[in-house]
Amino acid sequence: MANNHYAAPAPVGGGLVNIVTLSCGVLIALMAAILMVRFLFGLGAVTALNDGYPWGIWIAVDVVIGSAFACGGFSVAMLVYIFNKGEYHPLVRPALLASLFGYTLAGAGVMFDLGRWWNVWNMFWPWSINPNSVMFEVAVCITLYIVVMWIEFSPVVFEKLGKDDARRKVSKLMFFIIALGTVLPMMHQSSLGTLLVVLGGQVHPLWQTPALPLLYLLSAIFMGYAVVLFESCLTSTAYRRKLETHMLTPMAKIMLGVLAVFIVVRLGDVLMRGTLGRAVEPSVQALMFWLEMACFIAPLILIGAESNRRNPARLFLAGVLLMLGGSLMRLSGFLIGYETGGDFSYFPTLAEVLVTAGMFAVEVLGYIIITRRFPVLPREELQAVK
Amino acid sequence: MGNLNEIFDTGRETLRDVERRLDMPRREFLQFCATVAATLGLPAGAEAAVAKAIEAARRPSVIWLHFQECTGCSESLLRAEHPTLEKLILDVISLDYHETLMAAAGHQAEAARKAAMKANKGKYVLVVEGAIPTKANGIYCKIGGQTAIDMLKECAADAAAVIAIGSCASWGGMPSTISPLSDSSPTGSAGVAEILGKPVMTIPGCPPNPYNFLAAVVHFLTFGKLPELDKLGRPKFAYSRLIHENCERRAHFDAGRFAMEFGDSGHRQGYCLYKLGCKGPETYANCSTLGFGDAGENNWPVGCGHPCIGCSEKGVGFQKPIHQVAKMLNVTPPLQYPRIVEAQGKAASFASAAAVAAVAGAAAGAAIMLTRNLGLSHAAEEAERTKAAKPEDKAGA
Repeated sequence: MANNHYAAPAPVGGGLVNIVTLSCGVLIALMAAILMVRFLFGLGAVTALNDGYPWGIWIAVDVVIGSAFACGGFSVAMLVYIFNKGEYHPLVRPALLASLFGYTLAGAGVMFDLGRWWNVWNMFWPWSINPNSVMFEVAVCITLYIVVMWIEFSPVVFEKLGKDDARRKVSKLMFFIIALGTVLPMMHQSSLGTLLVVLGGQVHPLWQTPALPLLYLLSAIFMGYAVVLFESCLTSTAYRRKLETHMLTPMAKIMLGVLAVFIVVRLGDVLMRGTLGRAVEPSVQALMFWLEMACFIAPLILIGAESNRRNPARLFLAGVLLMLGGSLMRLSGFLIGYETGGDFSYFPTLAEVLVTAGMFAVEVLGYIIITRRFPVLPREELQAVK
Repeated sequence: MGNLNEIFDTGRETLRDVERRLDMPRREFLQFCATVAATLGLPAGAEAAVAKAIEAARRPSVIWLHFQECTGCSESLLRAEHPTLEKLILDVISLDYHETLMAAAGHQAEAARKAAMKANKGKYVLVVEGAIPTKANGIYCKIGGQTAIDMLKECAADAAAVIAIGSCASWGGMPSTISPLSDSSPTGSAGVAEILGKPVMTIPGCPPNPYNFLAAVVHFLTFGKLPELDKLGRPKFAYSRLIHENCERRAHFDAGRFAMEFGDSGHRQGYCLYKLGCKGPETYANCSTLGFGDAGENNWPVGCGHPCIGCSEKGVGFQKPIHQVAKMLNVTPPLQYPRIVEAQGKAASFASAAAVAAVAGAAAGAAIMLTRNLGLSHAAEEAERTKAAKPEDKAGA
């Protein structure tokens, strides 16, 4: 980690009580109340789930989209440690923090959605595992990755607590942990796509393809960079810090590269399978497809030019659009373009929406508290001098 | 099927004799013979052989021993509603020793037994009712100073056939119940076969259906041998099927309709008693197909709303708690059955649609505002930079 010439991270400081944290608190309290009902009286009491739609937004949004949003840590770590681009190092910690929350909450979200959650230990019990299952791969990978990320993030806590000894011990292992932290998300982010592959004809042809694992992996990578753009711009604005444009601009170029490959694969796949016809018929699914494509193509126009990439407004908007596009692709595959036949239908209940909102509120609140109290963001004074 | 009069030879003298002897009309007698033949699963026409065998009145000597038991088996045999049952059994056989029914007492009774054994050596039928205590050399059950073990061995030595009636004699029954706190029953009770060390015919049940016993005896009279037995010595005609297989409530089981507690609506509607602990699924007996005690077909535990306790089955009756759910020997039902009409989901409610719209709107609004602010500050910065750059340009020029 030869990054000593870059600003060392430091706590932002400041008060923890403001309108944002209070709103988060209210949302979290609502979520807790709903979850209490859910765990006492079952899924049927609060969700609109049925046998045709056994997965609702708690899986499609909280877990599938949530974990894709949480790919910032993985994408940036890959850039810094695998491709040895040390100049992006200040982005690692905040990205990792967001990932940490995203994944930990995705893991918790799975528990909320499991009808008989008390049987979950079977998944990790060697005598009852099913190694041929995609779900098993996802579950084990995500669980491991959560642990790996907490270890990756542990130096921050050790720094704060002044436990240099522990920190040194962990850093000796860090190269292995970081390698694991790059491999694991690649495995399960692609497997999240495989989950849809095994659903076969129940998924609309526009989102059902053998290329899904690749599409989900590529989109997870650029969504990771998009989240970093989003998070960095948002943090700088909210904490009134200097924008990190000098890092974001070149990173956005890498993001566009991944995005371009993705668009080629996505469109090529739709064309090669001859399903483009399904995208021009008058249906909600076709509309969703074009909406999604628009979100993917717009950033190319928005920040395609080098000069435009220096404009934080455009960077931010491109990040948001890519997050939205990736989310739409996942939402369409798992819910909007998902059809089990019969007259089954699904729309989330108010309670489900509130729990999902609560989950995001936990992420925001956690991010605020930790960045204000722990050394995550780069020290501002040094930045200003530079 | 032929002329019934010919098959039964209804004009024969012996039929009139049996009518007088048994004090029952011929019609009823022949009905009884047909019932027994059907219970045994014998082919059509066998009832005539049964009738002739009973008419012949060879009256084999029967010695009936009582050990650790409640005499319920004898009682059920005698208290059957059928008006001539006890007459028949007492007339068809020569009951030379039965502690409850014999007139003799004390040494006289024991002398009668010894005399019968001597006179009918190798020909008498030995019926055993009750388990045999084995602990402390069997001192827990003594008759005329003789332990149950000795008496059984003595009587069995020259018997033509040994029949164990009831669960106690068959495999130990209630006295052999082992408490969870010890590894044997208080008196070490055992069944007849265990003491004799050889298989005997067993008619388990607490009490068994008298017809199962009677049919087996009549089979012996008719054919001179015991009916076909399973590996536990039970006659196959009565014990080859699980109670569950032919249960009158079986349709409820298959449809997943269970009484969940006594007196609930399912229980009142006659639903399956499996979840109340019915041991029918792991008990081999014909209770569900052969009415008990001639009092109508509902006159058995399941028929009157109580789960079967598996009284005839070793390891089940008196051993498993009454309301413990039975181990399914064939198909285990799932915990829950799918509903027939599945909820298919509802359209968006106003509240949920509004919530989704509000979240989306708030996110979009915030994103637009932030983009605008970022854009404005960027424009300002750019403007400042150009302003700062201009004087330099001038200076340079």
